Parts: sequence; C-alpha cells; structure tokens
Amino acid sequence: MRLKKIGKNVILKGGVILDPVSRTKTQGDIWLNNGCIKMIGDLTDLPSDKEIIDCEGKFVTHGFCDIHSHFREPGREDKETLFTGSLAAMGGGFTRVCIMPNTNPPLDSPESIKFILDKSKTCPIHIHPIGAVTKNQNGKDLTEMGLMLSEGAIAFSDDGIAIQNSKVMRTALEYSIVLNVPIINHAEDIHLSSDGLIHESLLSNQLGLRGNPDSAEAIMVFRDLELSLITGSKLHVPHVTTEKSVNLIREMKIKNNLITAEVTPHHLYFNVEYLKSFDTNLKVAPPIRSENDRQSLINALVDGTIDCIATDHAPHTIHEKETTFDLATCGMIGLESCFGAVNKILMDNQRFELMDIITLLTIKPRKIMGFEYDLFKKGSEAEIIVIDPEKEWVFNQENIKSKSKNSAFLGERLIGVINYTISKGFIGKN
Amino acid sequence: MVLSEKHLLGLKGYPKKDIQKIIKTAFNFREVLERPIKKVPSLQGITIVNLFFENSTRTRISFELAQKRLSADSINFSASSSSLKKGESFKDTAQNIEAMKIDAVVIRHPSAGSPKILTDFIDACVINAGDGTHEHPTQAILDMMSLKEKFGKLDGLKIGIVGDIIHSRVALSNIYGLLTMGAEITLCGPPNLMPRFIRDFGINITYNIDELIEWADAINVLRIQRERMGHNLIPSIREYRYLFGITNERLNNHKKELVIMHPGPMNRGVEIDSEVADGDQAIILDQVLNGVASRMAILFLLCGGKFKE
Repeated sequence: MRLKKIGKNVILKGGVILDPVSRTKTQGDIWLNNGCIKMIGDLTDLPSDKEIIDCEGKFVTHGFCDIHSHFREPGREDKETLFTGSLAAMGGGFTRVCIMPNTNPPLDSPESIKFILDKSKTCPIHIHPIGAVTKNQNGKDLTEMGLMLSEGAIAFSDDGIAIQNSKVMRTALEYSIVLNVPIINHAEDIHLSSDGLIHESLLSNQLGLRGNPDSAEAIMVFRDLELSLITGSKLHVPHVTTEKSVNLIREMKIKNNLITAEVTPHHLYFNVEYLKSFDTNLKVAPPIRSENDRQSLINALVDGTIDCIATDHAPHTIHEKETTFDLATCGMIGLESCFGAVNKILMDNQRFELMDIITLLTIKPRKIMGFEYDLFKKGSEAEIIVIDPEKEWVFNQENIKSKSKNSAFLGERLIGVINYTISKGFIGKN
Repeated sequence: MVLSEKHLLGLKGYPKKDIQKIIKTAFNFREVLERPIKKVPSLQGITIVNLFFENSTRTRISFELAQKRLSADSINFSASSSSLKKGESFKDTAQNIEAMKIDAVVIRHPSAGSPKILTDFIDACVINAGDGTHEHPTQAILDMMSLKEKFGKLDGLKIGIVGDIIHSRVALSNIYGLLTMGAEITLCGPPNLMPRFIRDFGINITYNIDELIEWADAINVLRIQRERMGHNLIPSIREYRYLFGITNERLNNHKKELVIMHPGPMNRGVEIDSEVADGDQAIILDQVLNGVASRMAILFLLCGGKFKE
C-alpha cells in the first residue's frame, strides 16, 4: 500500500459505481474535492488541475467497515500499532475499524478511550475503540460505560474473555440500555471448552488434541440471547462458528430484533480438516469448525441470521506462532486477506452476487455500530474503495501491511483485489 | 530409503509393509540381544539425540540402550537440565542441537504434534517417543511385536485396551497400528475418559470389563495416572478398581487363555493386581525386552540400515 495525502481535485474515472444503499450499479465518475464527494455521475465544470484515477473495468464502492479488530496498542506495539493496523486496514479496503479492548492495560476507563481517540487522529482510517464491559476484563465489576461512551467508545465487550457469570452479563445488558450501544460477548462456556485446542471432532481425537466442543459456544449463545430478550438490550454475537449457534440466533431473531451477529472470513473459508498438519496459524478462538458448520455459516449469511463479516484481525509475533501447538497463541490477522477470501467463497456459492458481499462489509456492520452508512451523499468525506472482484491472486507476505504475519491465508489463491482505498483525506494504492 | 517415510511420527496411515519390515527386523535384533555380546556395529558414526521435554525413565533407557547396542553415538537432553528453563524456545533448542551435526532426533514432548512441528524446523530424521495425548508409535510397535511373538500373527487377533483412553497416546498408536495389521479392537474404560468420536475409528467399545475379558485374546492395561484421581475424572482408586481393575478374581471367573500386557509403569492394586502382573498370563517383561529390539529396528532402518528378508 503506497499511501499519500489526497490531491485537491481527484477524479475516479470510468468505473462502475456500486452503491449498496440504493443497490445500484452505474457507470460513472466521482469527483473528490479536498477529500470530499463533490459530484457523482456525469461530471461538469471540472477544474484544470486534477488527478485522474483510471477505474476502467473496476468497481467503485463504499470503504469497508470492520467491527472486530485488534491493534494491540497500548502494550504490544511489537505486534501492531494504531498506525500499522490502519495500513493493514487500508490494504484490505477498510476505512473504518472498531478495535477490541484487550490491550495492556485494557481499554476499561474513559482515559484509555481518550488515549485511542487522540492517538488515532493522525491515522489514515477511522478507529473506534470498543470499551471493556468489566474493569480489567475481570468479569465482575462494570466499567464506567457512560463516561467511556462520552469519550468515544462505540460498544462494549470483554473481548476474548467470555463473561461467565450470568448475573454480570445481565447487569451489563440492562445497564447498556441507557447508552443504546451493543454488548458483545465472546460466546464460550470456558468450563466446557476446557482449554480445548481445536474443534472437538473425529480429527481432534485422531490428533490427540484437546477438543473444544460446539456446545461450549451454543450454550453461551443461548444464555446471551435469552438475557437480551428478558432485558430488552442490544446484543451482538461475535464470530459465530457453529450450526447450533446459527439455529439459536435464527430462532431468537424472530422474537427479538435487538440481536446482531458476525462471522469471520477464516471461519467461512477453512474447516477443521486444514488442521491436520498442526498449522499453528489456524489456531484461533473460537476454533475452526467442521465443514457442516462452515456451510451453515454461509447459509446464515444468505438468510440474514448472521448480519455481517468481521475480521477478528489478531496480530501475533512469529515466535508466538512458531512453537508447539499447545503454546501457540490464538488468532490470525485478517484485514488484508478479507475481501479476496470472502469474495472467493461467497461468489462460488450461487446465492451471492457482488452487491450482497459488499453489503456484508459496508452497510451491515455500519448499521450495527450506528455509523452513517449512506456514504455516497454529496459533501461527505470520502470513504471509497476501487476494487477488481474478479482478479485472482495468491496471498503472500508482500500483501501484508500489518506488523505481524500470522495468516493461514498465506499461499492461498484468493479472488478479488482492492486497488485503491480512500479514507480521511488519504489515498492508498495496492 | 528402506521405509517409505523419512520420520516415524505416528502410526496413523503408516504403511503395513513398513510395520512388517520393522517387526521382522526387530526379531533379528531380539536374537542379537540374547547373545553374550549384545552389540553390533550397524550404526557406527551415526549421532542420535534423545530430546526429552517430558520425564521418562523406561522409554529413554530403552532408546539409549538400543542406540548403544547399535554402536551409535547418543546424547541425552532433558528439559529439567536444559536451557528451556532459561526461556529458550522449542525452535531454538531444536535448531541449536541440529547445528551440531546430528543424524536423528528421538523426541518426547508433552504437546501433541510437536514431532511434526520439529520436522518443519530441522532436517534430521525425527522419531516420536510420545507426544502429549497424540501418539507413541514405538510403544505400539513393541506391543505388536510382543503379540506376534505370542500368537504368531496379528491378523484377526482380538485385542482389548482398558483404561483412560482419552489421555493415552499408547492407546491411539495401538489402535492405528493394530487396525492396519488386521486386528480387532475393543476399548473399555470410564465413558468420560473415552474420546467422543472414537467409534468412528472402526473399533468397539464396552463399559463392562467382564465382557471384554470374555471376548479378548489379549488385553493391554493402561496406566491410570494418579494425578487424574479426584479431578472429577475418576472418583477414587477403589471405585476404578471395582469397575475396571484387572484382578485375579475376575480372570479366574473366565476359564480361558488371556494374554495381559501393560506399557508400564504399573500401579499395582489400581488398574492391575500384583498376582496378575506377576502371573503366567502376563507378558509385561517380554514387552520391555522387545522394546529395545523394536527401537533398534526403527533406528537401524531409519538411519540407513538395510532390510533383510
């Protein structure tokens, strides 16, 4: 990604403008003036000093929004910083990213939220911190959610540390009503998952790796859905992985419209069989599940049971992954490979077209977090990407802008590239 | 190469003809072990490192003895005396040892998959001496050799495996090896210590030890680790012994020939009674001797030795 400040007048010329709000695809140009949308369609009165970006044969659409990333700052700047995370996001076509609070120290106070907002000001994308639900993510004592919200927190979650105590979860949901933002809970009954290393399956038994059963997720999903229902509060279920959870969410959505859910590119792409080789890059939480689960996740995107795609971008150092399977840390980076992976999987499935895929990465996640989602309005600051959804490529180290390289997509043939990302007055070219 | 794979990481998918070659060679070495001078020059000049990240007495001694009997140079590395305590990583330890020019590594590690991961870091031949709850292929080969010695064949044998299956690498390697060789397997043990999808391996399960004794030609009795007691896995020793212990009384109720095996170390009075362990039906000490012969055969065939029909 070559990044520069955007010029005074930039013309995105000759592309197909794909607007997920009006669900239209029209041939046309976009004129950006000082990084804001000046005119769309047939441009008139163009100034003489202008930079033209050739978008012939490409699609021009909304910048993607990721509602689940980890930028590791403060505390683990060796893995990622707000700035390097922004570059990774730009590389993947993301102009807006919500980051999880599992930093060191965690984002559990108004001061820490302010730190992120201040530090993000100069970053080329919009960064929104998700505050911790409980102090020090201890699962017991609620944080000052109101004050954190006033400093810029966008939602609340204890990230990978699932809130085990149902009363605490209920209290958090009830309390969040006054704030009108979602509570996000990693759905895992940790006593049942019992340090399971991969999906409990024939393969986990064959490899002698402790299994993490699908029920450990489904039980917690059910509890959280039930608590959302009785409290009437917004619940967002992150990284859904199992058919059982999908069925529970589908059923509960009929009764309660305050529930949303996401799925990651890696859970859509891989199944547990890929772990045969003990590849630690595929060690993620929640684990990669069965082929049947993977198919049910795709189906859940078709019928809207799962609302959007979120990357769970989780950078880790090489040495934390180049070790034995039990010691390797959980997670993989996901921003740069997201579109190529998701587009490949969903395009392959006849029930999706490009418009649907773009919607899952733009309008849907923005609606969950309450962001403006009609991005092609005149005068608005440009969050625009230029993409070629048909280009095949192999994901390799050079495509990674993140500080960390822990991706199971390395060497995978993906379909669909991001050519340009325009965000916050910057333009990045891949 | 004499064997089709460079390493011995596990018996899942391991070719039948290779298991046969190893067992056949092991019987030749077994004959060497009966001689007054038990040493042969087969692996002179070959250097083998025993990389033990987990405590072991008999497997380590067995490998070491096998290496000495073959005239290989061997070096022992154990986690307690090593730089691991100083925070050195698995990768660095492995690459440092290989940098000293060695030919083969025998590895024991508490984490499943570590021998496979080791092959990503180094070029030397890797032999798995037990990785977590995954596999212990050399143990299964010595068990199969002992059964072959006793019965003259493996095909069609009815083998029972009793105990804590889910935590047992011995069970898993025995299942893979024995199924490849055409034996039938029935597992017996507490249902909570049985892997959830184990039936899909193509084996039988019973929770009734008397049924197993009635059915089997031989029973492999697994060690019950005392640290599992009281962790909601096994309520107590006497409870385990009552439900699954191999007692003389039980065996006497079934008037039949039954071979008793145990990978050691035994908990006398828990999974097996002293009278049974020391009785005529037990081949436990033969297993120990065959362990040395089997490991000689494996090292010999993987480190350049020729197979003799």
